[in-house]
Amino acid sequence: MLQTPSQTVGPYFAYGLTPEQYLYDFKSLSNNELAKPLDEANVVMVVGKVFDGNGDVIPDAMIEIWDTQHQRFGRFGTGTDPQNRFIFHTFKPTSVDGQAPHLSVIVFMRGQLIHSYTRIYFEDEAELNAQDEILNAVPTDRRNTLIASKNAAGYEFNIYMQGENETVFFEI
Amino acid sequence: MSQLIYNTFDYEVQPPRLAPDYKSTVLRAPSKPLVVVKQSLSELTGPVFGDFNLGEFDHDLTKNSIKNGEPMGERIVVHGKVMNENGRPIPNTLIEIWQANAAGRYVHKVDQHDAPLDPNFLGAGRCMTDSEGNYRFYTIKPGAYPWGNHPNAWRPNHIHFSLFGANITNRLVTQMYFPGDPLLQYDPIFLGVPPKGRELLISTFDLSITEPNFALGYRFDFVLRGHQATPFENV
Repeated sequence: MLQTPSQTVGPYFAYGLTPEQYLYDFKSLSNNELAKPLDEANVVMVVGKVFDGNGDVIPDAMIEIWDTQHQRFGRFGTGTDPQNRFIFHTFKPTSVDGQAPHLSVIVFMRGQLIHSYTRIYFEDEAELNAQDEILNAVPTDRRNTLIASKNAAGYEFNIYMQGENETVFFEI
Repeated sequence: MSQLIYNTFDYEVQPPRLAPDYKSTVLRAPSKPLVVVKQSLSELTGPVFGDFNLGEFDHDLTKNSIKNGEPMGERIVVHGKVMNENGRPIPNTLIEIWQANAAGRYVHKVDQHDAPLDPNFLGAGRCMTDSEGNYRFYTIKPGAYPWGNHPNAWRPNHIHFSLFGANITNRLVTQMYFPGDPLLQYDPIFLGVPPKGRELLISTFDLSITEPNFALGYRFDFVLRGHQATPFENV
């Protein structure tokens, strides 16, 4: 059988897919808390922006995160934060399946007929990152696009759809 | 599960990243080649919502946001099956639904189309496939609406869907169209799909589930990415 073709999530996904975040009266399937920010140890914040080919911040993207180690899923739109950031509270994973700690990311937006897959790795896992088979499949000069930088609040991970620092997207 | 290798996107039917007639792809489509990776645990797992507590009327968009009366428009019932490329039904998988109202207006605050909102219609819902992969929901047939892609651009009537399937390789966000819609031939989002895939996005009118004196029936099947057969199973 033939795969059903993908179509864009469009500009008006919020009341269907992220209703509570955007204050619509419909229960959300999921939100940006893969783990409770205050209740659990080892919970970190991952924050970032999505940029288009002009370097402008994209205010209508939807980001999904999958943490296979903890079997947690999160979803957040970039339309509610004043800086149009996505913000996730998540466990920081440890090494799984022989790979360096990472989170899987799915990116949706108006202007994408089909979603994009990427991964978030962590700056402070340099030793494991150096041995990671997926990172090592990426051209050396692009690996840094997959590595979140550490700061006082947690980790920053920006997604560049195009340009010099274009994020590596995967065919999985 | 751990030994299965899932198929990649089939670009004979899947749209490309860049489709210049759909103008916002120009600055948003990845421009560098995708990096092909071997599937590992991260790709071969995904969220499961089999026990998500659906609201009583999540599957009935004509009832799930009533304030003071019935929503306006043509009531329809949509059904079908969720399968993978191997033809295997996908049971207990969640389908998310969102759409414009009968006048072609989305509840979304950014939508400024000069058409009326319907106080009794939100346009969002969900349903779960049954043990054989079948789903069904009720809604109002969505209207066409204008958009700024090119002069006199109108989106054909459509319903948006989001599905999860077996793992994150199965993730699908798509749109279902209606048979005979004259706007399809002008729509760069629909036409972004290669010709071989287009008819897969058009529902069929289905008299067999049309409910007398109540709702017209449409059928739309979903086919998610499948996997290569292994010696250990009969597919």
